[in-house]
Amino acid sequence: MAALLLEYLPIVVFMALATILGLGFILAAAIVAPSNPDAEKVSAYECGFNAFDDARMKFDVRFYLVAILFIIFDLEVAFLFPWATSLMDMPKDVSIFAFWSMMVFLGVLTVGFVYEWKKGALEWE
Amino acid sequence: MNGVMQSVANWWDGVWGPISGTPVGWTLFTTGQILLVTVGILLSLAFLLLADRKIWAGVQMRKGPNVVGPFGLLQSFADFLKFVTKEIVIPAGSDKVVFLLAPLLTFILAFIGWAVVPFAPGWVIADLNVGILYLFAISSLGVYGIIMGGWASNSKYPFLGGLRSAAQMVSYEVSIGFVIVTVILLAGSMNLSDIVNNQAGGLAHWHAFAPKTLVIMFPMMVIFFVSALAETNRPPFDLPEAESELVAGYQVEYSSTPYLLFMIGEYANIVLMCAMLTILFFGGWHPPLDVAPLTWLHPFVWFALKVVFWFFMFAMVKAIVPRYRYDQLMRLGWKVFLPTSLVAVALVAAIQVYGRVS
Repeated sequence: MAALLLEYLPIVVFMALATILGLGFILAAAIVAPSNPDAEKVSAYECGFNAFDDARMKFDVRFYLVAILFIIFDLEVAFLFPWATSLMDMPKDVSIFAFWSMMVFLGVLTVGFVYEWKKGALEWE
Repeated sequence: MNGVMQSVANWWDGVWGPISGTPVGWTLFTTGQILLVTVGILLSLAFLLLADRKIWAGVQMRKGPNVVGPFGLLQSFADFLKFVTKEIVIPAGSDKVVFLLAPLLTFILAFIGWAVVPFAPGWVIADLNVGILYLFAISSLGVYGIIMGGWASNSKYPFLGGLRSAAQMVSYEVSIGFVIVTVILLAGSMNLSDIVNNQAGGLAHWHAFAPKTLVIMFPMMVIFFVSALAETNRPPFDLPEAESELVAGYQVEYSSTPYLLFMIGEYANIVLMCAMLTILFFGGWHPPLDVAPLTWLHPFVWFALKVVFWFFMFAMVKAIVPRYRYDQLMRLGWKVFLPTSLVAVALVAAIQVYGRVS
């Protein structure tokens, strides 16, 4: 277990160094660059008038729909990864069984995909 | 002269000998490797950025940047100095912590992905056995930087740009995932070095060109390339920052080095995608033909050449292809790439399973 985790330690070190470097960039500008904000400068960007209200408004529900579809398919992909890695490590008859098991699973998902396609969840007009 | 070398070597042994193998030595060694990779990437980004602008200019019969240094070679460094001396403007209505965290996150994620990339045999910081899964996870997280930036700015254009970008990135993430699965099926491993070694022996063994799966894997490479364009918000899929409608999308309110972090992150991601294309389809560090003059070059040179080739493709697409409309983009992702790559996974698996000798 410890040896397994030790493999990931360089990534933690990398993350720390990247954080230091990124903060360094921001701090460099904070120290070197001038800073004299005024009311106009720090107002939100708009075309020629002051913003009427908060920008966090209602948005199209389809963005939400896309996010849900993404979760389904991304989980499916994550499920395929270990299957794909070990498919060829088994005896031939077992791997044929493994292949058809996964095809059934993909078939079920395809039915769902066809349903949402016909429902128009993928339409943007 | 030899005496000097000898005493330097002795001094080095005296310093390094006692700490090599200890945790301190390990930390210093790893930190050194990481700094080497980070500085290497930052320097190559400076020149790739210039190359991007030069190629774009060349296509439009312009000269491109040519004032700072010979042929404008130092342009990126001048740009960097300019960024650092500009004021950081933080909008009054923004969520200030998240506003600064967003570019930082983009920057960090773009760099830590490089931890598992094998530049040459053994030249890798963390040789994970699930390297490709790690890369997939890190590039998925990239969407957070953009959506946080768009949300925290509290301004209409960044908000819309962030939303669009999130939807676009997750849509193409799915087909990238399926394409990666086809490569894993061929290589039988998630370790990036194993995937590269599976392609040893020249062009006919590269995943993109292997005769047995050419008809499937070559289109898969194209799908991966196009999805990579969408994933990194490059033209023709740069809708989140389409200036004619959204000014600059999620980056509107950013200035100075926070903007620079976004930009470095974006380009580091693009080059990371080029490296992934090289590793997954183009044989990584292996030369195209296993004959004498080509094998004399160091494997790293081959790797770098292939990455530069893919970056050239990215730059050419930016220069040549007109921008997509948002509905066309979604249709391409969900209705063309997703079914195609799904079928490809089934076909490659069938070829692998039924093509087995025993």
